[in-house]
Amino acid sequence: MRAPDHPVLSKGDVLLAVENVSLAFGGVKALTDVSFDIRKSEIRAIIGPNGAGKTSMLNCINGFYYPTEGRITFKGIKRPKMRPHEAARGGIARTFQNVALFKSMSTLDNIMAGRSIKMRSNFFWQLFRHGPAMKEEVAHRRFVEEIIDFLEIQHIRKTPVGRLPYGLQKRVELGRALAMEPDLLLLDEPMAGMNLEEKEDMSRFILEVNQQYGTTIALIEHDMGVVMDLSDRVVVLEYGRKIADGTPDEVKRDQRVIDAYLGVAH
Amino acid sequence: MLYREAGQFKTNYVSDSAIFPLREDRIGLGLIILAAYALAFLGNSFLLQAVMIPFLVFSLASIGLNILTGYTGLLSLGTGAFMGVGAYACYKLMTAFPEVNVIVWIFVSGFFSAAVGALFGLPSLRIKGFYLAVATLAAQFFLQWCFIRIPWLVNYNVSGALDAPLRTLFGIPIMGPNATPQVRYLVVLTIVILLTWLASNLVHGRIGRMWIAIRDMDLAAELMGIRPLQTKLLAFAVSSYYCGVAGALLVFLWYGGAEYDVFNINQSFFILFMVIIGGLGSLIGSFFGAALIFIMPIVLGIVLPAALSPFGIAVGADTIEHLRFIIVGALIIFFLIVEPHGLARLWQIGKQKLLVWPFPY
Repeated sequence: MRAPDHPVLSKGDVLLAVENVSLAFGGVKALTDVSFDIRKSEIRAIIGPNGAGKTSMLNCINGFYYPTEGRITFKGIKRPKMRPHEAARGGIARTFQNVALFKSMSTLDNIMAGRSIKMRSNFFWQLFRHGPAMKEEVAHRRFVEEIIDFLEIQHIRKTPVGRLPYGLQKRVELGRALAMEPDLLLLDEPMAGMNLEEKEDMSRFILEVNQQYGTTIALIEHDMGVVMDLSDRVVVLEYGRKIADGTPDEVKRDQRVIDAYLGVAH
Repeated sequence: MLYREAGQFKTNYVSDSAIFPLREDRIGLGLIILAAYALAFLGNSFLLQAVMIPFLVFSLASIGLNILTGYTGLLSLGTGAFMGVGAYACYKLMTAFPEVNVIVWIFVSGFFSAAVGALFGLPSLRIKGFYLAVATLAAQFFLQWCFIRIPWLVNYNVSGALDAPLRTLFGIPIMGPNATPQVRYLVVLTIVILLTWLASNLVHGRIGRMWIAIRDMDLAAELMGIRPLQTKLLAFAVSSYYCGVAGALLVFLWYGGAEYDVFNINQSFFILFMVIIGGLGSLIGSFFGAALIFIMPIVLGIVLPAALSPFGIAVGADTIEHLRFIIVGALIIFFLIVEPHGLARLWQIGKQKLLVWPFPY
């Protein structure tokens, strides 16, 4: 796999900056004045109690929602209003909290679908499934097979994903996101509903993606053990506001975080 | 024992991603195509004219609708009208430029319905499901109105009907009153095989994956960078192209002439039933659906009187007609309950069972 790096940015530069972002649905404020940044090649965790606005934050980043106020800068360029497919072409990939795979397609086709934007051959060659179209199909297949090897899902290559158990579906979804060779990978609860073994596998994959290919990862996760072990920096949200930001150790000791998670005696 | 996966190893990605990876499937397909061609010389003209030609035409239209509804998940009730656009375009083109071979015009006429289809597909970005079906219903009524009200489309023919002029290919009449059913069958068969092959290439490649992605999970598809509008419009265009060609074939190579009325809403429903019964998202299902909906009533029309006569029940032609409707209706309900995914699914299950036969797994 090619390391998806940007020519201008090196490790540690700010890849994505969220500045004073607020998001409101009518009277409901999902996010209030949130600012943080994600640096190149780091694993950034976004945590917080239920309803804190973590998924809303990801939705803002990849264009499902437009922030009501504030701005998001990606790769040093302030982003105008952006549709999700434009964000995808810009290099942002994502997995979902509830698996959002193409259920009737096989594992292979799902991951191949993730390569759609990389494929260039025109309609004419597609019609004949020949020449450039077939050459391209094989080249991308080779890339997809590398992902399949990496995620250890060779045995389910041709199985329709709708029939797979949940843990494997999550893995296929990660594969589909990796197929886009993203600069920024957003993982929305990649380990929700998994048993210990599956969590360990998934953690290993996330670390390997990050270390081998230098992919920047932002993840939402509820398992604090996983978050503290994996992430370089953590941002904590509560009721749509940022209450803490720093290394796992700093965040763990922060009194407001402890209060948010354990509650305060009244 | 004849149908086995074992021993057929794929050593490269080209052969592994072949549309028919099994050797037996390829042989079977070859035999079916051979038999279809042989039928032109073995079958009588009733079989060719009343059964095979319309079966192929409806199969082609079903493939068209299947690309839109089955693969991309966009429900359309405008099939009949899109077929009509193809037929009228073909008529205008071949009467305006009679020196160009009609086969060329049949293929070109599809582009007109593709353009019209893409135009009526524009609302699909915002609306889905039943609401989109209503939008395409507007296409159905609007286009049918055009067919009736614009006499230019039929070259100011007083009867308002399309008629098939005499056209030849290599000196043999393939259209018009002198063309034999045999020749017309061969032309239709060749066109249908060619277009089916192209459709199968499309749905198995990048474009097919994009269509299915939009159908299965449109939000995730958008996140993969798949542009929803372009992908949906492409589905509308390709689908309407197939419908348009089918419409041209229907009028000029089957009926030999028709009025606007063959492209009414019933035609749209007829094709939709074929797609649903045959199997959404399956090309072979389109053929099964056309066979069940179109050929079965004909077979029943022949079988029923023969089956009832030994009991001394003399039934009139009209009773047979009613019985046919009842039986076909009942069978459709039966198939939908037994296999809601259509005949294509039954076919697939049958093939999987055959792979391991005589063992259960």
